[in-house]
Amino acid sequence: MLMHVCAMMIVAAPAALTLNMGLSLLLGYRLSERRLALTTQAAVSLSAIAAFTLLIKMLMTDQVQYTLDLGRWVDLPVEHFHFTFKFLFDRLSIPFVILSLLLCGVISAFANRYLHRDEGYTRFFLFFVIFLLGMVVTSVAGTIETMFLGWELVGLSSALLVAFFHNRVNPVANGLRVWTIYRFADGAFLFAALVLHHLTGGGDLNLMMGSKPWPESGCVIDSRQALIVGLLFLVVASGKSALVPFSGWLPRAMEGPTPSSAIFYGALSVHLGAYLLLRVGPMLEQSLALQWTIIGLGGITAVYAGLVGRVQTDVKSALAFASLLQVSIIIMEIGFGLRYLALIHIIGHASLRSLQMLRAPSLLRDYRRLEDNIGYLERIHQAARPSTTPGSFRIWRYRFAMERGYLDTILDGWIATPFLSLFRWFDGIERRLVMFLSVGDRKQAVMNATETDEMEAS
Amino acid sequence: MNSHLHLPWLELSIACPIIASIICWRLKNESTARTIALVACLLTFALTLGEWFDFNTLSTFSAQDSNSVIYLVFGTEYFVIDELTAPLLSKVALLFGLTVAATMRSKAGRFSLVRTLLAEAIMLAVLSCSSTMLLCLMLAFSTILPWYEMRSRGRNTSVFSLCMSLHLGLMVVGTMLLWFGHDRPLLSNIAACLLVLSAMLRAGIFPGHFWIVDLFEKCTFGTAILYVAPMSGAYFVMRLVLPVVPIWSLHGIAVLSLSTALYAAAMALVQIEARRFFAYLFISQSSLVLAGLELANPIGMTGALCIWLEIGLSLGGLALTLRAVEARIGRISLEQYNGMFDQMPLLGSLFLFTGLASIGFPGGLTFVGMELLVEGTVDVYPWVGAIIVLATAINGVALLRAYFRIFTGARHIATVSIAARPMERVVAITVSLLILVVGIWPSPAIRSRYHAAESLLTIRQESGIDRDSESSQPFSPSASDGSKKHASH
Repeated sequence: MLMHVCAMMIVAAPAALTLNMGLSLLLGYRLSERRLALTTQAAVSLSAIAAFTLLIKMLMTDQVQYTLDLGRWVDLPVEHFHFTFKFLFDRLSIPFVILSLLLCGVISAFANRYLHRDEGYTRFFLFFVIFLLGMVVTSVAGTIETMFLGWELVGLSSALLVAFFHNRVNPVANGLRVWTIYRFADGAFLFAALVLHHLTGGGDLNLMMGSKPWPESGCVIDSRQALIVGLLFLVVASGKSALVPFSGWLPRAMEGPTPSSAIFYGALSVHLGAYLLLRVGPMLEQSLALQWTIIGLGGITAVYAGLVGRVQTDVKSALAFASLLQVSIIIMEIGFGLRYLALIHIIGHASLRSLQMLRAPSLLRDYRRLEDNIGYLERIHQAARPSTTPGSFRIWRYRFAMERGYLDTILDGWIATPFLSLFRWFDGIERRLVMFLSVGDRKQAVMNATETDEMEAS
Repeated sequence: MNSHLHLPWLELSIACPIIASIICWRLKNESTARTIALVACLLTFALTLGEWFDFNTLSTFSAQDSNSVIYLVFGTEYFVIDELTAPLLSKVALLFGLTVAATMRSKAGRFSLVRTLLAEAIMLAVLSCSSTMLLCLMLAFSTILPWYEMRSRGRNTSVFSLCMSLHLGLMVVGTMLLWFGHDRPLLSNIAACLLVLSAMLRAGIFPGHFWIVDLFEKCTFGTAILYVAPMSGAYFVMRLVLPVVPIWSLHGIAVLSLSTALYAAAMALVQIEARRFFAYLFISQSSLVLAGLELANPIGMTGALCIWLEIGLSLGGLALTLRAVEARIGRISLEQYNGMFDQMPLLGSLFLFTGLASIGFPGGLTFVGMELLVEGTVDVYPWVGAIIVLATAINGVALLRAYFRIFTGARHIATVSIAARPMERVVAITVSLLILVVGIWPSPAIRSRYHAAESLLTIRQESGIDRDSESSQPFSPSASDGSKKHASH
């Protein structure tokens, strides 16, 4: 009974908070800063206490897995279509949800002061609670559909928070770029979920990955199927964790306010791809080719992030690429099958990076304090060592790093621009066709429309 | 034989807007006319709700009015309610009510209440019609009102006239051939082809989609929404095309509809005017509905019917938001950033919420509907399901792009308050709450849509159209086998 209540509380508290905040804004009831912060912290605390209690109870009873089944949200038994709300608490999800709740609690307390009297305070907290709900649902999801639901919420809140300073064009354009990559990755998620549905006859993660609890479970699909589904999941993880070739959005995401950068791109959101791969880990082991693909992608991203991160001139971008480097190493660990190591790496890295991100605005002050306390920092001020690489390669490497590996240029030039140009051309054809059919009066009609609209506007 | 409702709900719901339109036509005072129109719309909505609840108590597939005046006069009943149309009637009545309510007083002269009320009556009659001939007649009537408005505004009607004449011509010839060539396979096949073409034109399937964009450019936004949002093209498919067209042909149209969804999504992404953006977004989403209906398997049809139910409301809400913004700043350009959010946060939020709900984001019925649709498509053509996923992803990008262009990126300076008025606030709250309630608790809606899909497929099976077409089926047998397996459930 206690476990059931705790498991319910972990999910219900953020859900109730989101519903409360959404409805109060919709009904025009303006919540004060104090009340907003209090309700957010209360919900996060309640959820975190429930998660800790559940963990202690499970440790005391030697139970390695607990499932909270809220029944079938949608059920068409004849068609074998079920949309089940099931939450899974095991050795993977409990540490991750506790990490999410602790970091969200810290960030909400920080943001309460950081954004005090900012005109977007309420907006920030609305997006923040949607993100919190998305994180919690994704972390403890027991079915692929439930996970997809949380995944979408995380994506939307992230994109809107990148565009938080919405009166300027750059944050908005960057928000749209983040959203674009997330949407295509989410599309791959939906497709992977459907393929899994067809292969295993349901969306239950436990059944898909075998009957044993994580990480021992064995997968029920064969290696060829695992390769197809695994590659789809790898695309999903690449989008969310900014692996190559989607890495371009990560530094752009730093346009958002510091608390959101810390929580999303330093700590939680960027690790969500790795978490997904950990969750479907047993499936990855089914295909050696898939494992090597993951290791290869992690390796390429690590080299990329290492190179590009060295030439960044602002602290947030440098931290973003440092974060990416660690995430790609985590991905490689998952590829090698070192699941516990990857989980510990995620927890440690997320905590450290959150702290660094939150301290980023006062970096110079921190350095000065450090120098005052321990004296002159020899390592920082030492002269650069002479490079052993040839000059031309050095210049190329520098340019490559400065241009962030030309990844955005390649995606824009090879995919986005041709695609948009093609459909602009189609649009032109359609306009000409309509003009051709609207013989004679077309010009007059356009003039009339303009005049009327001007009158409407005035 | 049909069951009988306890009251003549259908006739009352159709008569109410007609009477109100006559009163409004005779009235000189615009303000009073507006109040009467609003009350009539609310009353019509209440009547459609009444018929829905009454119908649910009967536990039957279809029912007709009791003590019907039409039956007394003509000796036959022309209006029926069934599992497919019961919620659609309420949705259409609500959409008309919300549109009238959200119309600003300053725009009352441009947006004809009389024509709107007449359009409501015609649309309700279309959805309740049991006779094929009367349905054709009502569909023809429904085209007159937007055409008249375009004429009266001095806009060119060539594109609309051409497409709708073609649609009506094909429909009439197809129906006649079906009538006379009942026992001749050749005539029946030609009739089916003509009806398919007619339906594709009405539903805006590529290449017959551009009249929808043209309509949005030339009509008032309100009239254009009310003409396309009830999706009479999809209804036409359910009533006239589904029972007579063989399965291989339906699957072919489904693929064409999916291609239209993808094409229109990409077109929405490159638009530089808000109205055109909306038109393409609508075409994309309605094509998905049509594709699901043409899959002719229970799961795909259930998904399509769910999306049909939801997008009428969500895209209706999105369109009303755009209309409200247009009423304040004129035609909205997506070439530059307009930065309206600080001036109208509620409308900005409503735009985002309704838009996301329409493309299958969590929180709306479309979320589950889209999954059902993809599942149904994958059953028939395993890899074609990817088109739906891709179209939805592109629609999502197009939607957020439009949101950013209209509401962010700059700071709009206004000398007077242009925030949402109380009535617009009521509309926003109503739409949002309805979407949210149905989205959080979708089970009853999905069960009801599933029953409707099953019943429609049973009718199709009883007509024996698939048995007749089996010998001449040009597509792979696995496709029809899959659908038959589902249909047998």
